[in-house]
Amino acid sequence: MGLKALDYETLNENVKKVQYAVRGELYLRASELQKEGKKIIFTNVGNPHALGQKPLTFPRQVVALCQAPFLLDDPNVGLLFPADAIARAKHYLSLTSGGLGAYSDSRGIPGVRKEVAEFIERRDGYPSDPELIFLTDGASKGVMQILNCIIRGEGDGILVPVPQYPLYSATISLLGGSLVPYYLEETANWGLDVNNLRESVAQARFKGITVRAMVIINPGNPTGQCLSEANLREIINFCYQENLVLLGDEVYQQNIYQDERPFISARKVLMDMGPPVSKEVQLVSFHTVSKGYWGECGQRGGYFEMTNLPPQTVDEIYKIASIALSPNVPAQIFMGLMVNPLKPGDISYEQFVRESQGILESLRRRARIMTDGFNSCKNVVCNFTEGAMYSFPQIRLPPKAIEAAKQAGKVPDVFYCLKLLEATGISTVPGSGFGQKEGVFHLRTTILPAEEDMPAIMSSFKKFNDEFMDQYEDNWNRSRM
Amino acid sequence: MRRFVIGSARSLIERSRQNYQFQRPLLSSSYRLLSSTPAVDSPSSSSSTMAPPVALNTINPKVIECEYAVRGEIVTLAQKLQEEINTKPDAHPFEEILYCNIGNPQSLGQHPITFFREVLALCDHPTILDKSETQGLFSADSIERAWKILDQIPGRATGAYSHSQGIKGLRDTIAAGIEARDGFPADPNDIFLTDGASPAVHMMMQLLIRSEKDGILCPIPQYPLYSASIALHGGTLVPYYLDEATGWGLEVSQLKKQLETSRSMGITVRALVVINPGNPTGQVLAEENQKAIVEFCKQEGLVLLADEVYQENVYVPEKKFHSFKKVSRSMGYGEKDLSLVSFQSVSKGYYGECGKRGGYMEVTGFGADVREQIYKVASVNLCSNISGQILASLVMSPPKVGDESYESYSAERDGILSSLARRAKTLEDAFNKLEGVTCNKAEGAMYLFPRIDLPEKAIKAAEAEKKAPDAYYCQRLLTATGIVVVPGSGFGQVPGTWHFRCTILPQEEKIPAIVTRLTDFHKSFMDEFRG
Repeated sequence: MGLKALDYETLNENVKKVQYAVRGELYLRASELQKEGKKIIFTNVGNPHALGQKPLTFPRQVVALCQAPFLLDDPNVGLLFPADAIARAKHYLSLTSGGLGAYSDSRGIPGVRKEVAEFIERRDGYPSDPELIFLTDGASKGVMQILNCIIRGEGDGILVPVPQYPLYSATISLLGGSLVPYYLEETANWGLDVNNLRESVAQARFKGITVRAMVIINPGNPTGQCLSEANLREIINFCYQENLVLLGDEVYQQNIYQDERPFISARKVLMDMGPPVSKEVQLVSFHTVSKGYWGECGQRGGYFEMTNLPPQTVDEIYKIASIALSPNVPAQIFMGLMVNPLKPGDISYEQFVRESQGILESLRRRARIMTDGFNSCKNVVCNFTEGAMYSFPQIRLPPKAIEAAKQAGKVPDVFYCLKLLEATGISTVPGSGFGQKEGVFHLRTTILPAEEDMPAIMSSFKKFNDEFMDQYEDNWNRSRM
Repeated sequence: MRRFVIGSARSLIERSRQNYQFQRPLLSSSYRLLSSTPAVDSPSSSSSTMAPPVALNTINPKVIECEYAVRGEIVTLAQKLQEEINTKPDAHPFEEILYCNIGNPQSLGQHPITFFREVLALCDHPTILDKSETQGLFSADSIERAWKILDQIPGRATGAYSHSQGIKGLRDTIAAGIEARDGFPADPNDIFLTDGASPAVHMMMQLLIRSEKDGILCPIPQYPLYSASIALHGGTLVPYYLDEATGWGLEVSQLKKQLETSRSMGITVRALVVINPGNPTGQVLAEENQKAIVEFCKQEGLVLLADEVYQENVYVPEKKFHSFKKVSRSMGYGEKDLSLVSFQSVSKGYYGECGKRGGYMEVTGFGADVREQIYKVASVNLCSNISGQILASLVMSPPKVGDESYESYSAERDGILSSLARRAKTLEDAFNKLEGVTCNKAEGAMYLFPRIDLPEKAIKAAEAEKKAPDAYYCQRLLTATGIVVVPGSGFGQVPGTWHFRCTILPQEEKIPAIVTRLTDFHKSFMDEFRG
């Protein structure tokens, strides 16, 4: 019997350290129960189409035509596809170097990157350079590429909000860097206090860590808060003073459910601030086709835009991108369609607007239903979902519940979420997967279940929660007597 | 020759231990040449005098170290020349740039397989499946297949993230395809669908490499994904030389020697990479050879990383593709005997769907705890693109005899494969006619890797321009003819020998003109530099 080539013991330690709760223990347990026949409501991932949201019609028409260009030669194609979809398909095919089946430029199709640049300029009022925009197989790949450039070893720290989307913690682990947490203030609607930032940086430096970058997720995940312009200015000033590159995860920029704080891009604020800040603070901004009202997660389409990075650095990032040859071409077309949408007068415009508004308005309603629903539950406090796709209620677990969790060998919020899953079929992600203050527990769910299913889901949750609280609080009360 | 090879291999390992270098003393500044003048990355007038966080001297050094010649310096120059022709058509002595640097068939006019595209289009826009007009525009079996696939996707939602290993039903199809190919069963749970084969390779390197003390045996010449990935993950590339004199033969004795040498230097060799059919070398391994390799990995406790993306590209009747899975199972070896990872892709073969980014790895012979870790790493990226997953399942279970589309499908497939075989032969013959050039046959894959005996004068001219001699030749070829090939130093070669890699992919009608231009250039180059 030969030597074992790859044992658990001999695996890369960084891999072993990685945690990604979004598809971790709760999800695996939910999948098991689903196989056994239990009805599961998956609210663990921001995956709109999996919960019944329909794809927008127009982009699917365009990409289908690009997949099968021989359709364009068929005289009957107009029976199935509107003229503007046909025109758009021809447009995107002309931008490729051989159709959907050829590797594109490693940075993405130049014509699509130009469309992205134009979108950014329309959105922010400042010109954007297509040469500094790289398309990627999803925003996550872009985040990994940039962090890979920054992190040299465990001496390099990345400021990450807590709670955060665990792509950041997982990637920092994989790359052998250090996560430097800065806490968001739950009582101030998950606001960002610059003093918290300063403290976090000081502590990290005291431990000998070089803080290199700061991640902001705006709108936040899992917290949903939308940063104000003042906040963004503070953050940019902070990065300027502390010599940090700002990583702006803006994938939820189209998911805004209140009117007091519309989305403002980090780049716009940076440019508004003028020199020297606007010329010196390094910024990388991320976007995707997975969220917004498109929800095309399965396509794996995204981009990052670099601001104030030296040309040689951009070259190195290009070099790394070239090893993967190119991002997938169909998703690049989705990206083009997203940033260069239909206009009034286009044949498909009205249907497109109807579909888009329908989704956004429903998301706004669901954000409210869910927040209110959670707030009506015993020992549950929930900030309003200002943006993104999640609700992150705080669950005030009684001491007896925490004790029971300990007995079961589980982290308290995992314990709660497992019980919730088994009782109701609702599959969530425990707050510990995102980070939270010591002794404070949360869970993350999405606001994505269909609107008509929401009331039943919320009442099912309330029933479970209130019974759970009664059970563990009664014990507590009794013991006090 | 063998002593020379081992001696130089030893020095190569030594160099790679210090700071992975790959026969590029003259190329070390190539990426600096690529960018604008190497100005110091200093902040302009900021209050801080520190270098900005993401500047060349503060970014991850592994990023700086790694190289990928396939889209390297020569391509950048080609793009520049292309732009010049676009603005001024007679700027150069050629009308167009011919990209022979990269295995990207559809960019050079190869057509996709109609049936595959029909199914993908229907899956992208399932709404039309209910319409009667669709029957008139799509073949009946493509409609049927689209329904079958959509039924395997929860909610028929092709826009949703799937299971992190890929949609179960598609993995079932792929496993069945593997079994039909090999005659041995495959488990869908062993399959991880990825955005092309390359991300799967990266995942394995990430798992295997803990530090520079971990080595991965790689063929020289090799496809530089491997050298780049090893560098990025901080490991050590342990080279084993393929023997050009014997048609790029792989000798297990060479593997053993390299293994022993590296172990004596304190390297823990973790895996053996075999590319079959080979890239850039094109050889198809004989079954006996494969058995010896399997035996070697089993004895030495190495993971066998089998890059089999060119499995459908075999052009010679005397050779046949055998998967390493089939070979090891036919030897009676199972999960307990051998850790094997097999990579496949939708980018090559006769389908050539590079832009789709579809592929998978089949992982066998690992414990459950290791597999959990592989799953975990896959889950951080959620899943690979769904359209690519669907395509991978189509590639592994194409139309069968009796299916409505079978005849057109097989005509398309055979047309492409026979054309590739012809082009391989034509270009091989053309290269062999050139003075000082020998070219091994391309038994498979998509490339020719001719060796050029460069005259001393040419080597000196290259040195004067601070270029590797083969890079110099390739640049001169490009500027004279518009033909883009990749210098052999991008793949590795025995020191002191020079090669370049040229694809066999330009359309058949363009090949005579390419041969003429190349031949004329080579003659004038040799006239210029002949001693």
